[in-house]
Amino acid sequence: MDLTFSPQETAFRDELRGWLAANPPEPEPADGGEDAQFTRRRDWQRRLYDAGWAAPAWPTEYGGRGATPTESAIYFEEIGRARVPFAANTLGLLLGGPTLMVWGTPEQKERYLPPILSAEEIWCQGFSEPDAGSDLAALKTRAVKDGEDWVVTGQKVWTSGAQYSKWCMLVARTDSEVAKHKGLTYFLMDMEQDAVQVRPLRQITGEAEFNELFIEEARISDANVVGGVGNGWKVALTTLMNERAGLGFALQIRLRQLLDDLIASAAERGLLDDPLYADALAELHVRCESIRLLAWKGLTDTERYGQPGPEGSLVKWLWSDTNQRLTQLAVDIVGPDALTVGESWSYELLRARGNTIEGGTTEVLKNIIAERVLGLPRLKVSA
Amino acid sequence: MDFGLTDDQREIQRTARELLLERAKPERVREHAESARMDSELWRELCELGWPGIAVAEEHGGQGLGCIELSILCEELGRSLAPVPFLPSAMAAAVIEHGGSPEQRERWLPSLASGETIGALGTAVDGISELVVGGADAQVIVLVEDDGSARVLSCDDAEVTPLASIDPTRSAARVSAQDSGEALADGCAGLGRALVAVSSELVGVCERALEMTVAYVKERKQFGVPVGAYQAVSHRCAQMLLETEKARSTAAFAAWTADADPARLAEAAAMAKASASEAGREVTAGAIQAHGGIGFTWEADVHWLYKRAQLDAVLLGGAKRHRARLAAILAEQLGASATA
Ligand SMILES: Cc1cc2nc3c(=O)[nH]c(=O)nc-3n(C[C@H](O)[C@H](O)[C@H](O)COP(=O)(O)OP(=O)(O)OC[C@H]3O[C@@H](n4cnc5c(N)ncnc54)[C@H](O)[C@@H]3O)c2cc1C
Repeated sequence: MDLTFSPQETAFRDELRGWLAANPPEPEPADGGEDAQFTRRRDWQRRLYDAGWAAPAWPTEYGGRGATPTESAIYFEEIGRARVPFAANTLGLLLGGPTLMVWGTPEQKERYLPPILSAEEIWCQGFSEPDAGSDLAALKTRAVKDGEDWVVTGQKVWTSGAQYSKWCMLVARTDSEVAKHKGLTYFLMDMEQDAVQVRPLRQITGEAEFNELFIEEARISDANVVGGVGNGWKVALTTLMNERAGLGFALQIRLRQLLDDLIASAAERGLLDDPLYADALAELHVRCESIRLLAWKGLTDTERYGQPGPEGSLVKWLWSDTNQRLTQLAVDIVGPDALTVGESWSYELLRARGNTIEGGTTEVLKNIIAERVLGLPRLKVSA
Repeated sequence: MDFGLTDDQREIQRTARELLLERAKPERVREHAESARMDSELWRELCELGWPGIAVAEEHGGQGLGCIELSILCEELGRSLAPVPFLPSAMAAAVIEHGGSPEQRERWLPSLASGETIGALGTAVDGISELVVGGADAQVIVLVEDDGSARVLSCDDAEVTPLASIDPTRSAARVSAQDSGEALADGCAGLGRALVAVSSELVGVCERALEMTVAYVKERKQFGVPVGAYQAVSHRCAQMLLETEKARSTAAFAAWTADADPARLAEAAAMAKASASEAGREVTAGAIQAHGGIGFTWEADVHWLYKRAQLDAVLLGGAKRHRARLAAILAEQLGASATA
């Protein structure tokens, strides 16, 4: 065991840190509208791109740096630590690109990867449906072959960035005669067509970070099938695996920063040596450190065995639960003023409610841990 | 020992529930919440029925009923989330009635009891309040300081800055009043009743959250079965029931104590508020979780319950502070019995 970075990893970190310090993003626009926010993130990605920092984990042949998993984790930690925005095309960089690298044809890679990296074409994810959340494979959006095209009809939900997107990673049912996992196909759908309507989905926080997609006979060229007809579930799993991997490190640093803010607030109010709060804060500190350590340990497994173990579910579970506890404790420490609209704690508190639902609910994660890590028998339910 | 309500109390509960089912439908609550306005029409109706004065003595223009009747109305209003300033006003009235001078009672209670005047009760440090629930609609505000002293002020004597809280079914404000207002003779005397009122409202919020959740998880299917069949979900619902009943029984005890055994009110109220604050947070969070992604959307109504519970849970101190008070009370009792 050696819990330090190698000289090469340290050099990678220092180079990035130096670059981030020398190249801060534009300040947040004063009128803070959604479009202005998006433009800022697009500009930011362009600057990352020009400096070769948009996707260091991508292989050099596709414009990345061929960074190791450890370096990639360092990258996200530093992005989180510097409190810079996420790149505009995060879904393309983290999910779409890596999925194409595994499943795409040479033509698809050549056509789609460069504009993902440069933020010329934004990507979104069309997986979840109103009736297919935890049971994603039950999705009903249907694609029917018509000449050289597929014609798609259905509804998607929780599609972030859809209003800015050119391409949607869409999973649709192409065969309803076979078992539910087997009848799915993964498409790249052009969002710029009238058959695709985007409606903002307002959340508990009042903002609309996500959208619903209403798809009414949209057309997708057969050339935009990824990984073959009927193979959509496997391709989708590649996308979902990548979802877990990268962002986690940035979120874990964000949690750490929130805890530091809270500890400072408690100290200001003289509550750090009040046992009522001291114990709870110390417990949160232990949790934050455990999350960090578990995340790094998962990475060692990835580097050694090529795959993150299902233990990755532990990190997501612990992180979401800890973020909820932390933001709730903040209300106790700061008092009712923390519940004022516009106060960052009130936003964090409400947003944290989604953490135990998005990316797989805590209940479903626990099922996965029980079945795949502990080998417990599985409850048989009908398909 | 009889935990049952009297016939009259049951009648109050039944009529309140029916009225609010009719007049405070979710669409109507949402409409007012989204425009951050109180429901003046409903408030007028409740005033005509004498609700704001339910627990105010008849000599001050109220109905002269007890804390149990007050808690029944709070619970029903909590269930419905009706956008009316009942709770803040009733809390202010309780504190003035039980801790104010005869002149102060004479001055404020009749119009609080009729609903003509709206009240609010908040905590403050050196005359500057924390967020006061109902503060922006109130004409009379009582501020309680950490040392237990309290002052009553007309809104004209204070600087009232409206705030938007995450729960737009009720207004909020910061009140600052360094030297104005009049001290109450006993700032703490009515606090126990105010705590019963907010705890009872939380019980109503929990009940409704649990009902909505149970109905939803019976209907919602994933993997071909209702999600309520998964023990991860059903056990959480059972836990929500446990929290709700713990809160309900302690709130009922405290409401009874207020009139029947006032010597134990401080202890009972601390217990009730500690249980209700915790239950409010846990039960409404569980409701969102069991609804899955839908529970996180603005369209689904569970988030209003979550937000009301968040405000109520810290109102007049959260679970931690009330458990600390309880521990101090227990220590006092132990000391007293040792010296006896
Ligand atoms: C903030 C947020 C962001 C999101 N972002 C995205 C996104 O980017 N892309 C995307 O595709 N989706 C996204 N989603 C959707 C998310 O993946 C689903 O909401 C989630 O998988 C749950 O599905 P559901 O909402 O249908 O809830 P349901 O599956 O209906 O769950 C309802 C309840 O039942 C429980 N449950 C369901 N099945 C089981 C089981 N087998 N055992 C035990 N309990 C069970 C759940 O845990 C939950 O408590 C997002 C959701 C949220 C809230």
